Amino acid sequence: MLTVTDLACARGGQVVLERVSFTVVAGTALVLRGPNGVGKTTLLRVLAGLQPALAGSYEYPTDQSAYASHADGVKSTLTVAENLGFWAAVYRQDLTEQVYAAFNLGALRDRMAGTLSAGQKRRLGLARLAVIDRKVLFLDEPTVSLDAASVQLFRAFLDRHLNAGGVAVLATHIDLGLAAPALDLSRFQAVPTADEAFL
Amino acid sequence: MIALLIRDLRLALRAGGGFGLGLSFFLIVVVLVPFGVGAEAAVLARIAPGILWVAALLAALLSLDRIFALDFEDGALPLLATAPVPLEAVALVKALAHWLTTGLPLVVAAPALGVLLQMESGAYGTLIGSLALGTPALSLIGAFGAALTVGVRRGGLLLSLLVLPLYIPTLIFGAEAVRRGAAGLDAGTPLLLLAGITLGCLAALPIATALVLRINLR
Repeated sequence: MLTVTDLACARGGQVVLERVSFTVVAGTALVLRGPNGVGKTTLLRVLAGLQPALAGSYEYPTDQSAYASHADGVKSTLTVAENLGFWAAVYRQDLTEQVYAAFNLGALRDRMAGTLSAGQKRRLGLARLAVIDRKVLFLDEPTVSLDAASVQLFRAFLDRHLNAGGVAVLATHIDLGLAAPALDLSRFQAVPTADEAFL
Repeated sequence: MIALLIRDLRLALRAGGGFGLGLSFFLIVVVLVPFGVGAEAAVLARIAPGILWVAALLAALLSLDRIFALDFEDGALPLLATAPVPLEAVALVKALAHWLTTGLPLVVAAPALGVLLQMESGAYGTLIGSLALGTPALSLIGAFGAALTVGVRRGGLLLSLLVLPLYIPTLIFGAEAVRRGAAGLDAGTPLLLLAGITLGCLAALPIATALVLRINLR
């Protein structure tokens, strides 16, 4: 469902990754690994269409991708229900009870998002993914500031998503216990050429 | 798109949203002017069109950096950019929300403040007309400036420097229309030019704003 061929991407004008190629078939996830700064976020942003690739190509069904980073765009002066309702309207989806149940937000729906704890806010950010119901997910550190119980909720969401034929590419440092292959990006790290070193 | 407009209006009206910031600045400037230049009716009546327009322009400038900066800081902007809505429409709706929360209150409040400045009675029509025609251009140009400086922390100074020169034609024709109205002359030409500026901005700037946003989101 997602095919990446010889992709090269840059951050801040510096090439960080070269010749990245992988395929993710429907119903599976791919975990990106590698030390800080290796280019996990950059790769996810390129795939999500936020920045252009330097070279190579990627392919997935159009209008089926969603991107989520640790900054999840939660508006602190809107309530939980208003935050989710906004994304539901933008993606022309219905905001169902299952979403609240899946992320344990039912009791919080009329609270201002600004009064939520960091973990609750994160759950709200992730609940957006359930609302918009996209097949190809690009997730950058989705489990930051989640406690063990919330990680399980997220894990359950991801399992349902994959069982429904979706795919996900995640950058994460913790072990979610997913039966997903890991891709170590250090293999694709760009080697600065002699010319670049002198620039 | 309507959802985005409703969200932005809601955010502006809630605590810390900045609704009323421009309006209260406008009020303060206009109320202070008679204290500064003296309460002589002839002097006030002569400078009223210029003061009202300069104050309206600065009031619009005051809230520009909120248009995109808040969404950029909390990560909502990349999410909007990857959402199934054209970024051009996002830019247009953002400018519209800015106008509804800043420009429209100024249009409504300006006649009352004209009274404080002893403005000629014949000028009220052109005052309302020129502000209604001109302030949308201020919001559209402002949204473009806000998009240019969206990644810059505390980019308010840079934003003002970029946007103020672009505001000058609007200011000239707006104030000229009100001045002609006060003098009992025909204000049709400056009003038409003002409408032309606004329509030109409406046609071109959402596209330019979206382009700049895409570059700044890289």
